[in-house]
Amino acid sequence: MTYDWQPLLLTFKLAAVTTFILCLIGIPFAWWLSQTRTRIKPVLETLVSMPLVLPPSVLGFYLLLAFSPTSWFGHFMDQAVGLKLAFSFEGLVLASVLFSLPFMVHPVQAGFQSLPASLAEASYTLGKTRWQTFLYVLLPNIKPSLLSGIVLAFAHTIGEFGVVLMIGGNLPGETRVASIAIYDEVESLNYAAANFYAMVLFAVCFSILLTVYLVNKRMVRSEW
Amino acid sequence: MIELDLKKKLLGAQGEFTLDVRLRIEPGEFVTLFGESGAGKTTLLRCLAGLAEPDAGSIRVNGITWFDQHTRLPVQQRRVGYMFQDYALFPNMSVRGNLEFAQRKRANCQRVIELIEMMALGELQQRKPATLSGGQQQRVALARALAAEPQLLLLDEPFSALDHETRLRLQDEVLRLQRHFGITTVMVSHDVSEVYRLSRRVLVVEQGCIVRAGQPAEVFGAGQASGKFTFAGEVLAIEAADVVYAVTLLVGNQIVRVIASADEVQRIKIGDRVMLLSKAFNPMLVPV
Repeated sequence: MTYDWQPLLLTFKLAAVTTFILCLIGIPFAWWLSQTRTRIKPVLETLVSMPLVLPPSVLGFYLLLAFSPTSWFGHFMDQAVGLKLAFSFEGLVLASVLFSLPFMVHPVQAGFQSLPASLAEASYTLGKTRWQTFLYVLLPNIKPSLLSGIVLAFAHTIGEFGVVLMIGGNLPGETRVASIAIYDEVESLNYAAANFYAMVLFAVCFSILLTVYLVNKRMVRSEW
Repeated sequence: MIELDLKKKLLGAQGEFTLDVRLRIEPGEFVTLFGESGAGKTTLLRCLAGLAEPDAGSIRVNGITWFDQHTRLPVQQRRVGYMFQDYALFPNMSVRGNLEFAQRKRANCQRVIELIEMMALGELQQRKPATLSGGQQQRVALARALAAEPQLLLLDEPFSALDHETRLRLQDEVLRLQRHFGITTVMVSHDVSEVYRLSRRVLVVEQGCIVRAGQPAEVFGAGQASGKFTFAGEVLAIEAADVVYAVTLLVGNQIVRVIASADEVQRIKIGDRVMLLSKAFNPMLVPV
């Protein structure tokens, strides 16, 4: 019996793209959060953490409304940027970025906060700009946190179900990711196929997390 | 020449107080800020470096305004070498990497090589800071501060985390480098012997104000020398011995036994804090 690999490949593509975008926006945002003194910081931190506690269907529901071509956001994205977000891969990426944001931001923010303030200050007194300091002094010293953030964001995106179901539907090759495929196969009593997807996801997630724990252990040992 | 006049509200252990300091420092001078912790010494140093901002006042260095009502020269452009209490070495870089990162322009390899040689860091240059001893880290931090070719060197309690011998050795080193580069230096310290050894001028800071200034010998010495020892101690035991009493005291880390009269003993009990006074008419000086 041959299995359809497409949902799995789509899942990993979604996770990779999402993680990449999260690196670009999540890491600088975590740095900003770690040192800002703005009054709305608690509000921002709460918003970032919301996906941890909110049912995915809630986020999915509001995203669905926002993505719809009749809403101003969906209309704007369609007309100005040329992106149809509802029931499309791009929409899934945007939703995944929002949904996995805390998994990237939390460990990285904690990493930045664990560095002594004098490290950045020393770099400034040596004439280095904030950007140089960020790149050459701060980032290299929170490698374990970066790794945790990247892997958790990736793994969590693989494990997404509710949000995808709400805004992605079940279009093969576009939005039919593995978690949806499993649900779908079970619905049609096709347990063998469901088992195949489930096994692969289980094995992949297990090995990713195991690698992180092993690598982190070694990194911590070599640095201290 | 540095002219400094600044005010800043600070929160201390005894509530709010104002750091209010006027100061002139000549080029090449070695000045120490001396005082209890929490008196505002470090804040003064941080204001000078640009890491903290005064509420009012001005800072002028060699004719250039670093800070006043309208100007805030960013820390990056002030060219200060700042040595932090915790050294703040970059853990991801080797000793040499730390020094090279500190350079303003990439080209000046000569200075790094010179500093590595002067501070005897040759053997250590490929090591990471975490693998170095406290004294070694301190030397790297000093070398790194100087690698940036600063016009002003700021040392924040540079020797506080070191044992006595390392401390003496590094004090000599700081002095040697300071003279070699002729760099204006401001150091924060609460160690009298350190102030004596290193600086020509000491400013005593209390509650944010400079209360005394001058040469270390004037400030700590002559004026107050009285030929009397005064120690604070704690009563550990009181025993009767014939007509007098023997009182055991804890003074610093030493346990001292002194004779007391019945009158004196009546006024104290075990656990009291007392002052122990003695006329120093026959002290012995023994080199250690």
